[in-house]
Amino acid sequence: MSHVIDRRLDGKNKSAANRQRFMRRYRERLKKAVSDAVEQRSITDMDKGEKVSIPSKDISEPVFHHSQGGRREVVQPGNQEYLSGDRVKRPPGGAGGGGSQASDDGEGEDDFVFELSRKEFLDLMFEDLALPDMIKRRMTRDPDYKYLRAGYTTTGVPSNINVVRSLRQSLARRMAMSAGRRTQLHDAEAQLQVLLKTSDESNPQVVALQTEIERLRKRVNAVPFIDSFDLRYNNRVKVPKPSTQAVMFCLMDVSGSMDEQRKALAKQFFILLHLFLQRNYERIDIVFIRHHTVAREVDEHEFFHARETGGTVVSSALVLMRQIMRDRYPASAWNIYAAQASDGDNWLDDSPGCGEILARDILPYTQYFAYVEITPREHQSLWHEYVKLAEATGNFAMTQIDSPQDIYPVFRELFKRQDA
Amino acid sequence: MKKNYISTSSEWTFPLIQRYDDEIARIAQGYQLDTYPNQIELITAEQMLDAYSSVGMPLGYGHWSFGKKFVTDEQTYRRGQMGLAFEIVINSNPCIAYLMEENTLPMQALVIAHACYGHNSFFKNNYLFTSWTSADAIIDYLLFAKNFVAECEQRHGEERVELVLDSCHALMNQGIDRYKRPGPLSMEKEKVRQTERESYLQSQVNALWRTIPTPDVTAKKKKKAARFPAEPQENLLYFIEKNAPLLEPWEREIVRIVRKMSQYFYPQRLTKVMNEGWACFWHYRILNDLYDQGLVNDGFMFECLQSHTNVVYQPAFNHPHYSGINPYTLGYNMMTDIRRICESPTSEDRRWFPNVAGENWLEVLDFAMRNFKDESFIAQYLSPRLIRELRLFTVIDDESEETYEIGAIHDDDGYQQVRQLLAEQYNVGSNEPNIQVYSVDNDGDRSLTLQHLENHRRPLEKKTAKEVLKHVRRLWGFPVRLEAVKKDGSVKSVAEIK
Repeated sequence: MSHVIDRRLDGKNKSAANRQRFMRRYRERLKKAVSDAVEQRSITDMDKGEKVSIPSKDISEPVFHHSQGGRREVVQPGNQEYLSGDRVKRPPGGAGGGGSQASDDGEGEDDFVFELSRKEFLDLMFEDLALPDMIKRRMTRDPDYKYLRAGYTTTGVPSNINVVRSLRQSLARRMAMSAGRRTQLHDAEAQLQVLLKTSDESNPQVVALQTEIERLRKRVNAVPFIDSFDLRYNNRVKVPKPSTQAVMFCLMDVSGSMDEQRKALAKQFFILLHLFLQRNYERIDIVFIRHHTVAREVDEHEFFHARETGGTVVSSALVLMRQIMRDRYPASAWNIYAAQASDGDNWLDDSPGCGEILARDILPYTQYFAYVEITPREHQSLWHEYVKLAEATGNFAMTQIDSPQDIYPVFRELFKRQDA
Repeated sequence: MKKNYISTSSEWTFPLIQRYDDEIARIAQGYQLDTYPNQIELITAEQMLDAYSSVGMPLGYGHWSFGKKFVTDEQTYRRGQMGLAFEIVINSNPCIAYLMEENTLPMQALVIAHACYGHNSFFKNNYLFTSWTSADAIIDYLLFAKNFVAECEQRHGEERVELVLDSCHALMNQGIDRYKRPGPLSMEKEKVRQTERESYLQSQVNALWRTIPTPDVTAKKKKKAARFPAEPQENLLYFIEKNAPLLEPWEREIVRIVRKMSQYFYPQRLTKVMNEGWACFWHYRILNDLYDQGLVNDGFMFECLQSHTNVVYQPAFNHPHYSGINPYTLGYNMMTDIRRICESPTSEDRRWFPNVAGENWLEVLDFAMRNFKDESFIAQYLSPRLIRELRLFTVIDDESEETYEIGAIHDDDGYQQVRQLLAEQYNVGSNEPNIQVYSVDNDGDRSLTLQHLENHRRPLEKKTAKEVLKHVRRLWGFPVRLEAVKKDGSVKSVAEIK
């Protein structure tokens, strides 16, 4: 008699745990594969899972086995023409007579291909990255508060009564208050036992003892079960909440001097940034600013896809950023970040102005400002201006991108988790 | 013949599967197939992939290598390079068979006949399985192993456990008693004994190393000291479990678990041809009987036959799809051939198989199934006629020769040699490198010496051998040497890990 069982509804991800172990073991290799893959990606498919490959030999499990050589005689099927004693040329590659032995050397050099889901891919891509100085303690007029547990108190509202604590108190109190009487009671009962062995109930001593026992019992029972004195309340205290709300300003130069290739690089950088923020910080505001001679705040779609262009006045973007900061993101309530990408080509007289705005109106209020210059050429006035700034302040970072290969490493460098 | 079809559609339902199982059981009983009770489980393709990665076992301890296997299987399956097996069957009591939900009804019937009655009866009666594995206890033991490993991970950290498992897996093929019968498994006993064993083993090991030799005594002692181990030992994992000086008790237990797993699968590796041959022979027989009794229709039979033919297809050696001799083909043809020799023997058969020709085929097959493994089965039963049908021939590949030489072919001079060679090819012992524990330098640096006894001058693959040695070194805790022993007795050092 057979049992037929439907197992189809049972969990199907039995191997998930082992797959995770596998990933953990080869994390370093996978990370490298991921960073290689990122470099080759175009703007549109930055946000996908990926097939990554690891050289098979790195993950092979060794066992003892024979190598080529020596003498072996193998039986094969399907003889058409051979007679005993015939000589046959070795097939190229030196494998066995018919391939059955070909795998014996076990040195297949094929890569082991491993498909990462989108989530796994992004996890690896942004591992160890963080916005610096994320938490800013804010002490202004109307701070946010949150309630934290802080032990127990003897006063409070009924809804906060902690039953376990209260009953524990009550038990302790009852024990303490009745201890003396209970000792007397035990003594009296013991005496009575002894007396009853020798005399009967009519003995006046017995009667006296019994009334005494009766009296003591009443006294012990008279201790109240619970008293307002016992009550304990959960205590919660108000703690000002440090602000973790953050905004990222993305400033992109779209002037005529940025050719298509450089714009693509800048976009790629911002897409990486955008993905990173979306993924690791659920509630973060992102402000997109494009500028040529004038700056405009745009939405995400326009930021990455619009084609309008013109000359270059970098300060226009900084001025707009300052304006938006003042209007919507007071530095007292917000952690402010900014990333600026440009080819460094600026209207000459403008650069000192940029430095000034940054130093006076922006950097003091931002947690971190990253500047990425996309140019293979000599640096120009903007760069030199910024170098001075970087030396003077601690929250300003600048770096340079030449080619698509630089983007990911530069990105990692800019947002590497800094241990406090 | 009255037609009384069980079903005419190819969609399966649970009642229909039960119905087919009843009919198949009835026919199997008519052939006196002796089986464990069956537990048929319907699973999805994903679950089948899961089952693949745990070597078909319903549960197992966690290890990254299973994850790797899962990923590989999943990839090849997704790319369509690999079809999934129609079933997986487990040597346990009751015998668990997994059927895929994608199978059509005729396929489910075929698979039930194949796995639940073919393989099942083989597991229950073949001497290797009855004496080397414990079908009653395996599931419990797996559970014990899984829990034990998980517990170790909690106590000692996943990383340390993983290192031990890695090393043990590398030596899995060297963890088998080939000649000595292992004791039966039992979860309860394992648990009780494990604690006792831990303390006892540790004390034994300490005793082995207790004497700290003084330098001048060593020289004298060395001359007369008996070699340890007294005899070379083939079971490397066993030797390590009992004698490795530095292993902690839990590590010894893990070595033991891997060793037991390896031992459990060993009979399956020894009987691939017979096991599949037996199962194919019976599914073919049983399905034909269903058809002859008018229980299934032509369409059903066509589908079964098509699938059967695919399974037992043998491409020729020069065919692009060729990948060695198909064990299904060889096994199935040999089983069918034995029946033919019993029922209508030719004079050649009478010469080659005087004890088989004309006997009751059911008894002869049953005897063969119970008492052989692939190697001996082929040596005993491969007939000249089958050698001709499969056109078997041998190729000699000698590294000292420029060309291959054709050895024997399917002619009078060749039959005997082809048969012998094919049998030898299924001798797992001679195909895997023969590695033995040779000695331990008890009085010196405690180094362990392994020897590879070369067979037909075939050397070890050096690079991996060195990797494996590193694993041995990790378990043993002291330097490890590997030597190759040639046929003439000369010894050459292959690798050493300090």
